[in-house]
Amino acid sequence: MIVELGHFSLILALGLAFSLALLPAVGVYQRQPRLMQMAGSLSAGLFVFLLLSFVCLAYAFWTDDFSVAYVARNSNSALPLQYKMSAIWGAHEGSFLLWTLIMGGWTLAVSIFSRGLTLDMRARVLAILGALTIGFILFLLLTSNPFDRTLPVFPADGADLNPLLQDFGLIVHPPMLYMGYVGMAVPFAFAIATLTTGRLDAAWARWSRPWTNVAWAFLTVGITLGSWWAYYELGWGGWWFWDAVENASFMPWLIGTALIHSLAVTEKRGVFKSWTVLLAIFAFSFSLLGAFIVRSGVLTSVHAFAVDPERGMFILGFLVLVIGGSLLLYAIKVSGIKSEAGFDWTSRETMVLVNNLLLVTATGAVLLGTLYPLIYEAMTDGKKISVGPPYFNAVFVPLMLLLFAAMAVSPTSRWKKTPIAFFTQQWRPMLASVLIVGALVFFLGSSFSGVVVLVDAMALWIVINLVRDFSSKVANKVQKIPSLFRQSMSYYGMLLGHVGIAVAMIGVCTTVYYTEEKDLRMAPGDVVSLAGYEFRFNEMRKVQGPNYIADQAEIEVLEHGVRQTVLFPEKRFYAASRNVMTEADIDPSLFRDLYVALGEPIGGDAWAVRVHYKPFVRWIWFGGLLIALGGFTTILDRRYRAVKQARQTSAASSVASNSASSAAV
Amino acid sequence: MSDGNHDVRIDSSDRSVATNGGVNKSLLIPLAVFVGLVMILSVGFNLEDPHFLPSELIDQQFPEFSLNELNAPDRIVTHKDLKGQVALVNVWATWCPNCLIEHPELMRISREEGLPLYGINYNDESIKARQWLVRHNNPFQFNIVDDQGKLGIDLGVYGAPETFVLDANGVIQYRHVGPVTRRVWEETLRPVVDLLLSQASQSSTVMEG
Amino acid sequence: MKYIAVIFLLLALGTSGVASAAIDAYPFPSDEQRNQYNGLIAELRCPQCLNTNIAGSDAMIARDLRREVHRLVLDGQSDTEIREFMLARYGDFILYKPQLKAGTIVLWFGPLVFLLIALGVIYRMVRRRKSQVAVLNDDDQARLQRMLSK
Repeated sequence: MIVELGHFSLILALGLAFSLALLPAVGVYQRQPRLMQMAGSLSAGLFVFLLLSFVCLAYAFWTDDFSVAYVARNSNSALPLQYKMSAIWGAHEGSFLLWTLIMGGWTLAVSIFSRGLTLDMRARVLAILGALTIGFILFLLLTSNPFDRTLPVFPADGADLNPLLQDFGLIVHPPMLYMGYVGMAVPFAFAIATLTTGRLDAAWARWSRPWTNVAWAFLTVGITLGSWWAYYELGWGGWWFWDAVENASFMPWLIGTALIHSLAVTEKRGVFKSWTVLLAIFAFSFSLLGAFIVRSGVLTSVHAFAVDPERGMFILGFLVLVIGGSLLLYAIKVSGIKSEAGFDWTSRETMVLVNNLLLVTATGAVLLGTLYPLIYEAMTDGKKISVGPPYFNAVFVPLMLLLFAAMAVSPTSRWKKTPIAFFTQQWRPMLASVLIVGALVFFLGSSFSGVVVLVDAMALWIVINLVRDFSSKVANKVQKIPSLFRQSMSYYGMLLGHVGIAVAMIGVCTTVYYTEEKDLRMAPGDVVSLAGYEFRFNEMRKVQGPNYIADQAEIEVLEHGVRQTVLFPEKRFYAASRNVMTEADIDPSLFRDLYVALGEPIGGDAWAVRVHYKPFVRWIWFGGLLIALGGFTTILDRRYRAVKQARQTSAASSVASNSASSAAV
Repeated sequence: MSDGNHDVRIDSSDRSVATNGGVNKSLLIPLAVFVGLVMILSVGFNLEDPHFLPSELIDQQFPEFSLNELNAPDRIVTHKDLKGQVALVNVWATWCPNCLIEHPELMRISREEGLPLYGINYNDESIKARQWLVRHNNPFQFNIVDDQGKLGIDLGVYGAPETFVLDANGVIQYRHVGPVTRRVWEETLRPVVDLLLSQASQSSTVMEG
Repeated sequence: MKYIAVIFLLLALGTSGVASAAIDAYPFPSDEQRNQYNGLIAELRCPQCLNTNIAGSDAMIARDLRREVHRLVLDGQSDTEIREFMLARYGDFILYKPQLKAGTIVLWFGPLVFLLIALGVIYRMVRRRKSQVAVLNDDDQARLQRMLSK
């Protein structure tokens, strides 16, 4: 009964989505304020019914209702409760219901936090979001209904959630990722709405920025979590494989990064207006493309949901309609836009342009590599080819190095024109960085690697320039502490974001070059040494979990004879799905991870054991979180708070804080 | 170090002006690129099963090997024993459920189709394999014991069952991956076999084994 | 022991290509050879799995291929020779780094072409704008004067 209620709720939501797409739009073109105002309540109604639908599905999982096909395929009575709940988004249908619910959530948020928008603009934006939601709900109802019953068959128990997914990672990674993916619909809607008005001013950029920054921050968190989860879950210490599904999330992120910078320039300088619109269209397009890649089965991936061409066709059709339509609208409406303010080669505008084009190039490269097997197979009539990490690393890393070099000087460059002296003086921080990093490598006794020194020095150069800029802003003021608060949150967001990149760079580089690992045979009593640590295999025991039994090894870690920690890697056997899983154990720390995993038992009481030493690997995800924090910080900026407050303070503070607070990115 | 952001900002609200030519051509580039992308993606729907790998060994001699025979442990069989006539080589194992599914059809082929069937017992235990054949009957002329899977690797095998069609010279002409059903035989394997047989009978030179 | 190994084998087949640790305790006489081995098994794709290298899969074929790579490495074969060995049996599919040939020129040079186009766009856009800087500054000045004189 509840299940049918959930299904019905989804249908009602569809009706509301139609109303939201149509009525406010009619209100805009017929200039009827009342119809336009309905957008707010329609958005609320849409969200409520989507939420109800989701809750009904959650209820089915909670009560182990295996007459629902989706529950039967993905759950089990012995499954721990937190995984029963996260199993809701453990496979295609339920995860897409989550996606759609999040869409409803963003739509509601836009309707609530749109005080700065004109009624007309708000109606347009919400109507567009409503129209997109129609497509999502139709997809659910027509091809991916999570509420389908298995009746007349009634399974005694469910097939269980894949053991790989029975993990904290499943609880957090997809929701964060979808918040980001779906959130890109908001700048998209703003961009399309602006195009429909025929007026391409910079206001749309001002409205879109907080939404885009937050969506991008969520996407950053989602990708970071995914990488971290893969690392500790998969048992071989990898954290990025350039898999089609990973790329599907990375491409919108790259475009999103270009977009947040471009929006900043458009808001502050009024330039790149049409280019920013195009980027906003691209960002959401890549989100949709991502959904297509993951759910259509066209590309092979460990992460992809089950193959279903019918669903793929639907998404492709939706893609054609939405993106094709947007790009056509773009071409028509942007034609004839007069060119805008000028700037010099050395300006910050140029820097952002460089940032944008490098990111778009990188995205193009990733897209090419991801789709190439398809292209090749079509070209050669059936021959298969693989494009994997060696290709992506070879192509992506050089582009990123160029970007990082630009990043070192960009945040502190000036609008319109930066004095050449600024650039020529960069040799000082560059040299300082190289010397510091070189010294560190020397004193730590690590083997020398030119690439590591180069990349780490670049990261340090970036940070040095940021620190110099920050301290100069604060140093000029008589009162240091209050001036800390005078800096805008957008500025702090920028600092955090860029520092986060530097931290992640250092993590990636160091771990790639200085990781040590050994796979070997160990019996109880054996000791192996790696990277200055000793790993002693104490004993093997059997362990019973909630829905598995496991062979667990006790491995003691010593450094110079002093006990540091004990690790317990397991080989688990899940009864319901008959899957065997390796559960690695990790001793995490800021500067290194120690990682142990079990292989197969080999004769006697010996086992194959893998031991890893991974320096600085946590910096990768720590950096990712800093970047995301930077994105979230920007919405705390006071200009997004009540308009009247800004008017009161503007007169008083404009003289005093002009040179301080106006340096925001 | 201020950033000089003091210029009067021109908030230009540019109106879109219809130019003489209508749409600026370069703005259609993104759309054109998108259309190309969609075409590539649609191609994906028409392609073969993504898990299917075409064989690298078509038109090549069967790989050399020298391994034991399953039911006669003292006897060594080699690649030469596969020559002489058009034949099927089937890769199977007791742990492979699809091999059991295709077995009746293999029995039928060995009885009715008049061509020899050779087996490769892949990554298996010989005792189990012999018992399996006793229980389910043996369609094979002989079985090659590939308990390490090395011959399988040389053949580019990636999962059992697989079936190869050899011509009289021992050259691999076709590989089928997956169970051989009646339908697979009629639609896929038999045409290849018939073609090879007709080619063999047309040529007047006698092939030496 | 063998019984347990067979169970694990059967169970491994029961999974649908889900990635799990594939840990072999192969001995190597030198670190170079171990590194060579580790590099190769990361680069070779498991023919049966859903996008994993043979290092990260415990499918039977992955295990057998790792054994072969180990044998070939100990035999003194070079990276190129080992790749050739795999290519001859499994084709391009098995290499994660696509070889440069006629069919992959677009793949390998595409990104460079994208970069050149991007640089070209930057050049054109900035050059066009640069000429407007002086003009606008004059405009700005004029407006500023007008505003200040009010």
